[in-house]
Amino acid sequence: MYVAVKGGERAIENAHRLLAHKRRGDQGVPEVTLDQISEQLGLAVDRVMSEGSLYDRELAALAIKQARGDLIEAIFLVRAFRATLPRFGASEPVDTGAMRVQRRVSSTFKDIPGGQILGPTFDYTHRLLDPSLAEGFVPDAPATAEAPTAPTPRVTDILGRDGLIEPSPRAEDGAPVGDLTREPLNFPADRDLRLQNLARGDEGFLLAMGYSTQRGYGRNHPFAGEIRFGEVEVEFIAEDAGFAVPLGSIELTECQMVNQFKGSATEAPCFTRGYGLAFGQSERKTMSMALVDRALRARELGEEALAPAQDEEFVMSHSDNVQATGFVEHLKLPHYVDFQSELGLLRKLRQEFADANAPNAMKEAAE
Amino acid sequence: MAVLAQAEAGEIAARLRNLALDSALPAHQDLRAPENGLVMLRGRIGGDGAPFNLGEATVSRAAVRLASGEVGFGYTLGRDGDKARLIALCDALVQSRDYGGAVERGVIAPLREQLMIRRKQAAAETAATKVDFYTMVRGEG
Repeated sequence: MYVAVKGGERAIENAHRLLAHKRRGDQGVPEVTLDQISEQLGLAVDRVMSEGSLYDRELAALAIKQARGDLIEAIFLVRAFRATLPRFGASEPVDTGAMRVQRRVSSTFKDIPGGQILGPTFDYTHRLLDPSLAEGFVPDAPATAEAPTAPTPRVTDILGRDGLIEPSPRAEDGAPVGDLTREPLNFPADRDLRLQNLARGDEGFLLAMGYSTQRGYGRNHPFAGEIRFGEVEVEFIAEDAGFAVPLGSIELTECQMVNQFKGSATEAPCFTRGYGLAFGQSERKTMSMALVDRALRARELGEEALAPAQDEEFVMSHSDNVQATGFVEHLKLPHYVDFQSELGLLRKLRQEFADANAPNAMKEAAE
Repeated sequence: MAVLAQAEAGEIAARLRNLALDSALPAHQDLRAPENGLVMLRGRIGGDGAPFNLGEATVSRAAVRLASGEVGFGYTLGRDGDKARLIALCDALVQSRDYGGAVERGVIAPLREQLMIRRKQAAAETAATKVDFYTMVRGEG
């Protein structure tokens, strides 16, 4: 018999009212605006866009505000929003080689064409709390210098010219591109699907997985060949217009990991690659992604796949924080009936145990 | 159109209004009312390889037809339907013999100039963070 239990409506309504009140906090303190979140907590916005898998700064800022700063809750809100809009199609692949670079570093070559450009970075800060930020901080205007006109080619392109690094995998024009938001995931999954999964995967999970490869669980000897952050143009072939229309530009971070060699009797040895790409300035995320991407190529490269980061089913099934939090957090919802049946079973087992041991106990007492 | 997609709706509207002061803009109608949706953004494996789906972006689109028949399409990142319609209107006007030059001169060129100034400033700020390596000469001999 199925028994519906009701009665929580008023409590739920009042709980949400209380939440709205708590979210606002002390009303003597000015309310935070979406512009403030977008401008001053920009990296949180970048993370919500990346893992929410939706590029829209304003929506991500709204989600952060609504979620009281809980970024996984904000990512959940953004994912739910994207399900309400129709999809017009897919963009032309962006050209990260033509990026208007705001930061670009390589740990493999000191003198790369275009140079080492630090940009806005936490690197080389002393990680000391700065009391001057507590109130009324006005930063100095940024320094300026003559901007170079020479291009900044990708480091992997430079290595590729001499055949020192494997080329990127090609696809025929018009070949279908896997989309895990449209088709259920099957294993083994191709690299396009793996990268889509990692691009929206949880930064903390990918960081731990990437870290595990460095500590020896699927070691692949990485160097950060290049990390670049900046703006790229997006173009979309509009069916109604019949040609590629510019949509504007987006900020992306790209990481090219250069890893140890592959080669065979017929193929000269060369470096292998792992790739990371994410919305906004998401350096830790793209570095971790590139480490994991490379680890997941173990089978393709004929390596022993023994470590968690090399197991694509494990990685891809656990990388999504919206799925993960849904399943973990559902445990707090009412499981009264489930639990009653477990309780009934446990009582029965205990009775059986008591019955089975009762004669022994009496016998022992008699002895 | 790349310039318009980078501009704010208010900036495009203000410049079109200025244009209309000299000669009234032609009658036009919505061929497609502004509509919000998503475009799946694609990257390439390794930066230059096979495409993969990176994640979606919000996009607004509209289409406008002038009384004289020219059809313009407007697409832009974000959810600003008014901006999509303004881009579509500019796209249509640019094709018209009567207004093409005026829109190019009065709307697109100044917005392009603004964009270039912003980009130049950003590039100069970035350039100042470029590392100049130098070698320490050891005090030997």
